[in-house]
Amino acid sequence: MLRNSLIFVLVIAVGVIFYSLFTQFDGNDELSDLAQFYAQKENIDKVGSANLVTAVVVTYRGLDTLGEVTILFLTAAIIGFFLKGKLEEGKREVRPSSEILQTAAAVLIPIIIVFGVYIFINGHLTPGGGFQGGAIIASAIILMLLTRPTMPFNHKLFSTIESISGLSFITLGVLGALFAGGFLDNRFIETGTVGELISGGAIPIIYSFVGLKVGAELSNILGDFQEVQNEK
Amino acid sequence: MEYIALVVGFLIILAGLWAIMTRKNILKIIIGFSLFDTGLHIVMVALAYVNERTAPIIDGTVLAEEAINKVVDPVPQALVLTAIVIGFGVTALMLTYAVRLFKSKGSLEIADFKDAKW
Repeated sequence: MLRNSLIFVLVIAVGVIFYSLFTQFDGNDELSDLAQFYAQKENIDKVGSANLVTAVVVTYRGLDTLGEVTILFLTAAIIGFFLKGKLEEGKREVRPSSEILQTAAAVLIPIIIVFGVYIFINGHLTPGGGFQGGAIIASAIILMLLTRPTMPFNHKLFSTIESISGLSFITLGVLGALFAGGFLDNRFIETGTVGELISGGAIPIIYSFVGLKVGAELSNILGDFQEVQNEK
Repeated sequence: MEYIALVVGFLIILAGLWAIMTRKNILKIIIGFSLFDTGLHIVMVALAYVNERTAPIIDGTVLAEEAINKVVDPVPQALVLTAIVIGFGVTALMLTYAVRLFKSKGSLEIADFKDAKW
């Protein structure tokens, strides 16, 4: 009882801190200096991406995105290390999934994958991008695993896709350093007109590889979680 | 009204904190961490809001010439994109530890794991 009331007091105290933060915040009427730089017409035309968030993520702060992808890779590697400790394979007995789920999965999985690809190819035009598209592709994989819980999971395929995409990402970055302004500069390909599908220089290509890499990594994690359930 | 996202974000953070401190089941603690994370993301995006402006995407209604006066700050949104991915990684790692703990003791109650205390 004492413990619960102490926790209650702590939560209230944090709430008071938040309340004072909230009362001191009275909205923004202008962009910050940095955001004004990103939203200038000449800089929009220079980068060629209609989605300014994508411009920030892939070009201005592209190195951060590389670090982010590395963190995801590390997570996948650590999870693989922890979940593959024992090799004894026990056959898991599960009821076959219902016919509704099986039919729906057969119809939906290709559509979901195509939607994920659409999201990351249009990442420079609409809300979305590599990470979102990759997560959608992984949701198709989880639907597949729910429909057939005991299906063998091809880790090798996903690891290969992941390695190739990661290598291509870095290669495109180096190309930017060789033929344009610096590492991960997108302007070594014509940037074109803002708002068209083929525009933004290397942004759609880089974001597609990020999407493939993220999708493959998340799928690998899901496969690890599926395999640990087959263990005794 | 325009601060509703900020208030909701703060409340979700507090709910997550409450869940982390009081729940006894490891999975529920992990859900608490996810709530905390989500609340932080909402607060960060809400702080970047500029009054009466729209999403930072150039199209028919937001032309490149006037983007500077029509869009909200894209930088915190890009940051939150990063934060969501990191949050996913942390959640997946916590779930991995939960799976391993369950395999070792057959239970997810935090009270059953006394041997790690010192």
